[in-house]
Amino acid sequence: MIPEPYASIINAIIYLLLAPVAGGLIAGIDRKVTARMQGRVGPPLLQPFYDVGKFFEKENLVVTTTQNFYALSYLVFMAVAGALFFSGGDMLLVIFAFTLSHIFLVLGAYAAFSPYSHIGAERELIQIIAYEPMIIITAVGMYMVTKSFYVGSIVQSTTPIILYLPGVFIGYLIVLTIKLRKSPFDLSTSHHAHQEIVKGVTTDFAGPNLGRIEIAHWYEYVFLLGVVYLFFAWNPLIAIAAIIIAYFLEILVDNTTSRVKWQMTLRSAWLVAGTLGVINLGVLYYLRMVVVP
Amino acid sequence: MQIVQLLLFLILFPLISAIFLLFAGKSFDSSWIVKISALGIGVVSLYLLAAGFDKGLITYACSSGPVDLVMIIIELVIAVYLLYLGIRHRKYSAVILVLVQAALILWFEATYGHKIELSFNLFFDQLSIIMALIIGIIGSLICVYSLGYMETYHQHHPEIADRRRMFFFLLFVFLSAMFGLVFSNNLVWILFFWEITTFCSFVLIGYSQTEEATNNAFLALSMNLLGGVAFAAALIYIATMDPSGRLLELNTLIYSGYVFAIIPAVLICFAGLTKAAQLPFSSWLTGAMVAPTPVSALLHSSTMVKAGVYIILRFAPVLMGTTEGLMIALVGGITFLLTSCMAISQSNAKRVLAYSTIGNLGLIVACAGVGTYNLMWVAILLMIFHAVAKSLLFLCVGTVENRIGSRDIEDMGGLIERMPKLAVMMFIGMAGMFLAPFGMIISKWAAIEAFTAAPFGLVFIVILAFGGSASLFFWCKWMGKILSVMRHQENVETGIRPEKWAVLYILTGLVVIVALIFPLISSALIEPFVMQIYGETTRLAQANITIMLLMLGLLIIMPFSMLFTRKAPRIAPPYMGGMSTEGGMKYTGSMGVSHDLVLSNYYLKNYFGEERLFMAGTLVCWGLILIAFIMIAGVIL
Repeated sequence: MIPEPYASIINAIIYLLLAPVAGGLIAGIDRKVTARMQGRVGPPLLQPFYDVGKFFEKENLVVTTTQNFYALSYLVFMAVAGALFFSGGDMLLVIFAFTLSHIFLVLGAYAAFSPYSHIGAERELIQIIAYEPMIIITAVGMYMVTKSFYVGSIVQSTTPIILYLPGVFIGYLIVLTIKLRKSPFDLSTSHHAHQEIVKGVTTDFAGPNLGRIEIAHWYEYVFLLGVVYLFFAWNPLIAIAAIIIAYFLEILVDNTTSRVKWQMTLRSAWLVAGTLGVINLGVLYYLRMVVVP
Repeated sequence: MQIVQLLLFLILFPLISAIFLLFAGKSFDSSWIVKISALGIGVVSLYLLAAGFDKGLITYACSSGPVDLVMIIIELVIAVYLLYLGIRHRKYSAVILVLVQAALILWFEATYGHKIELSFNLFFDQLSIIMALIIGIIGSLICVYSLGYMETYHQHHPEIADRRRMFFFLLFVFLSAMFGLVFSNNLVWILFFWEITTFCSFVLIGYSQTEEATNNAFLALSMNLLGGVAFAAALIYIATMDPSGRLLELNTLIYSGYVFAIIPAVLICFAGLTKAAQLPFSSWLTGAMVAPTPVSALLHSSTMVKAGVYIILRFAPVLMGTTEGLMIALVGGITFLLTSCMAISQSNAKRVLAYSTIGNLGLIVACAGVGTYNLMWVAILLMIFHAVAKSLLFLCVGTVENRIGSRDIEDMGGLIERMPKLAVMMFIGMAGMFLAPFGMIISKWAAIEAFTAAPFGLVFIVILAFGGSASLFFWCKWMGKILSVMRHQENVETGIRPEKWAVLYILTGLVVIVALIFPLISSALIEPFVMQIYGETTRLAQANITIMLLMLGLLIIMPFSMLFTRKAPRIAPPYMGGMSTEGGMKYTGSMGVSHDLVLSNYYLKNYFGEERLFMAGTLVCWGLILIAFIMIAGVIL
């Protein structure tokens, strides 16, 4: 079932307008909770907005002018991916648009031709190939339960998807750690101040470009948590509770683990996708196709 | 004009041009023959599209008596020539295979051949049009490109004997054979054209006559002959079971029922696997990269290897729902997964392209082996997109190699400064291979959706998820390499002949145009074809097509954003950790020595190394092929 066109366009517009606000707030809460876990007071809740505001006041300083294009494309396609998701579009198309936007971030880092950006770009690519299979498996899992790739149909399903896809959900949470750039998988760039490769993939972005990348992250947060929502979509209250718990867990993991090497990241993400994800889908497939054809 | 005349024209015209090229003296500028023939072939292929897209399957009576005799004589002449070369170079495995195949064909002709008179030797449907367009447009463009490439090639390699006349002769013979292969309904004819392409590939791989080239040429020959032997065995089986020979017609054979058709289907699909360089036969295609680059573009990515998947596609209705079909599909799937991983560990651009070609052919084989109607649709789409984007990439690599003298990806750093136009073309070609909303990703997406409905589809979805990610890695790091903006680079994009530019521009345009008009291609050609075979068909949802087109439009206008900045940005050196000296591109060592900054990509050899993955893939795929053979042995007994 394809949702009604007007409703989906309005949803997309609401996402485009409000997601940065929501994403910025999430980032603010994240910093606050992290600070409390570390026994600090932490910055004000709205600090992320002050930071980004300041980025846009700064001079546009670049290593190469093409960086402007890459940073802008990253933001635009991230927004497109999220808007497609919230307008009820095809999950796989959303994933491809999402990947496309990350490719632009990586190319931006490569373009700078500097050691830290370069290592950041390579690591970012490893992160992408680490999480992508699991995300596709998540989409296919939702299809197997709801018989639709359309987010609009999945969200209206009365089936408690989580009961059918517990393995996929855990797998998704693990790759979510990569996506949220949380320790132990914050290889390519980190939200913490220091990293062995400076700021990795964003090292050579400054001023307004860095601001755009930050806003793209906010869009990304809302989209990624939207996927968590889908697992619980039959009951919105439980879904919101699940999002809060999931995010809290991510912060907890972030603060209690130390960064691992890329080998470990790739191995664990593929192992999780290959075991939890595939076994979960295999069981579901067996039940659907063989037991109850 | 009758369509059959067009078909005969497309088969015979390249042959006539080839003969002209062979006998054109040195005094005569043969490049005009190449250009005019290429133009003729391209125009007639397009005319065929206009004249035939709304026709269904048409078969043509075409007397075969004298033609059959000519074919046998040519086959024997080639066999004798191969025997001579095989003995001279002491390649006894090839010699044995040539002998076995010649014996099979002679036996077939002596026992059955002269008795069988097929009524419909040629046929034509929408899949033939698609193949003809790939061969006729991309193939002839590559021929034109070769003119400039080969000239530079011989300037750079004075030690290699100039055998250009033979080179162009073979290119056009090859085009003729490809047209023959896709228009033939008679399996005996298909085998004949099949062997001609094998022969052309063999000679062209060995073009430089170095030891490596000769060895690789014989490797390719042996593996392709192994497939040819299986093909010949299939013919003998059909003729033995059905002496009337009606079932030697492809369009009758595929509807003759599982019990009869599955045995020739598996044998011929085995031949298809060797031609399409699937594991365990992938080594011939990576070895074939020693050939001049236009040969790789024409034979080893956009046309000849497509003949392998073409024949499997023709048998897809027979394979659908069978265990044998599943085994063939798994060979394709595993090949896709493993070669996509192996490509990560390669820094030689042509090897990366080769592995990616093998992988994408594997994906097509996987779709065809499972063989449901929506997978058939996906497979044809994949074939079109791949042919266009991959030929562009090969020709770009060839041009870069002509200019900078290296085909190593590590030497392509900063190409966007040194050869800006070519770098943008390569970028578009690569985007065509793995980025939304271009061709290949549309097909992969459709493949995932189609596999959800297929038996054992889950296995292939998992393969696609992992293999697709791996291919993203090697494409993107290569893209990053050419787009990195190194300082103080000189523009070396000069001295490239205008016809080379023309070909590159046309192919780049085609990559974008095909992505824009694929819904049209689908509704005019692919859907009617799938409909005619399966009685049902599929397409992408209209809403999704609209979104894809919007994304493509956005992608095209995004670069213009750079023109509309309010204030020119200030350029600063990159961050070097505070340790840099002069211009930010050098480090000062502990003894005061200054080191240049060198950046190289990750190849992750411990994880994606060639040898280990190749060994594993060879074992598994031989196992799968063996199971398929045991199954059909069971059917015979």
